[in-house]
Amino acid sequence: MSAAISVRGLRVERGGREVLHAIDLDVEHGRVTGLLGPSGSGKTTLMRAVVGVQLVAGGSVVVLESNAGTPALRQRVGYQTQDPSVYGDLTVDENLQYFATVLGASRPRVTEVVGLVGLDGLERQLAGSLSGGEHARLSLATVLLNEPDVLVLDEPTVGLDPMLRRDLWGFFHELATGGTTLLVSSHVMDEADRCDDLVLLQEGRVLVSGTPEGLKRETGTVDLDAAFLSLIDAADGTP
Amino acid sequence: MSPRRTRATALRVLRQLRHDPRTIVLLLAVPCVLQVLVRALFADSPSVFQSLGVPLLGLFPFVAMFIVTSITMLRERTSGTLERLLTTPLARGDLLVGYALAFALVAAAQATLVSALSFGLLGLESGHRPLSVIALAIANAVLGMALGLFASAFARTEFQAVQFMPAFVLPQILLCGLIVSRDEMAEWLRVISAVLPLTYAYDALARLASSDELTARFWADVAIVVGVTVVALVLGAATLRRRTP
Repeated sequence: MSAAISVRGLRVERGGREVLHAIDLDVEHGRVTGLLGPSGSGKTTLMRAVVGVQLVAGGSVVVLESNAGTPALRQRVGYQTQDPSVYGDLTVDENLQYFATVLGASRPRVTEVVGLVGLDGLERQLAGSLSGGEHARLSLATVLLNEPDVLVLDEPTVGLDPMLRRDLWGFFHELATGGTTLLVSSHVMDEADRCDDLVLLQEGRVLVSGTPEGLKRETGTVDLDAAFLSLIDAADGTP
Repeated sequence: MSPRRTRATALRVLRQLRHDPRTIVLLLAVPCVLQVLVRALFADSPSVFQSLGVPLLGLFPFVAMFIVTSITMLRERTSGTLERLLTTPLARGDLLVGYALAFALVAAAQATLVSALSFGLLGLESGHRPLSVIALAIANAVLGMALGLFASAFARTEFQAVQFMPAFVLPQILLCGLIVSRDEMAEWLRVISAVLPLTYAYDALARLASSDELTARFWADVAIVVGVTVVALVLGAATLRRRTP
């Protein structure tokens, strides 16, 4: 079976300058793939290309054997943007109801995802008055409504407390066990150990990719954080 | 497009508005207060109120919906919800028609209230049924909405969007014939006014105000208002790009 997401020679230009340089990348089915890299390395741009909202200058992005952004994929690919993209002037329930209708999900499913992301009891609260973590989880809930085959999550754990982060990563692995393919970005290197596969992005290029164990073997360290930092420094040409 | 998604979008927009009661009160009360002011201003010359009252009734919703839509759509663009929606099966038509339905409903409430006040309490008279004035007011509101939607594509900030009101709307009000009759305008002003949609909206309203029989010219006005609305909506849809730089 071919990869769930297959990127070949992807080039993206923004503001007249190339920000992604000939990216090659494969994301396997039913795994949690971490997209890591410092901020400004092109993670969001790459994710936008995968969900088909990024104008690209060249190369191909194939998701579930269709070109990224084709109408059939809009039902099968869920995208959580970096900033919570929900309506602050609607309640939790009203937000979910609207996205449920748009995505063709059922009413019971709304109750279900509220439980999944742990927002029970907050259904009638305005999204704009939620805490940062609750806001992010509501945004995640809207993406889960129609149980997409591929989930593209841009920094879903940023600003969350450690317990919540642990719970969310556990939840991502449950989804992957159920067959969902997840591409999750993070600029926090210590989240790398929680991924099945890793892609390290640096200044618009894939610096290294593989499993956490493989990368540790390759760099001869037990600490991925240190391994990545030395790789990035080496690529920068700084000591 | 799907009727379910369009309806859900209209409902969503109305629910957002419901959580903002102050905006609702402003939308409904401000035109009433303005109409009362105009009536008081021309207390000694009732004929002026008679000629201004009906056109104003139809113009309030145009202005209000232009502002409300350009700000709401800009917010949708800047908050990321638009980008998110464009990755879902929602069609751009669902979004635009959903907005149009929601704001048409608000405009209907607004026009009905100002009409009831004007015809009931302020002694305004129209040569034609108040219902046709309300219908035309709703058409104007949807025109304002469509233009606001299109204009929002060119605003990067809410400050810019607010400035589009005087930029897009005030020249149309000055040149539509309300302040100076088009026959008395300099030739070049008349040429400009001929390409502005509000000119036709005003002309239709003025014809409703008079007791003359409605001629083909009235229906041509209405057709132009509806036509420009459709063109603005199509242009607005073109500005909702799924793929952006």
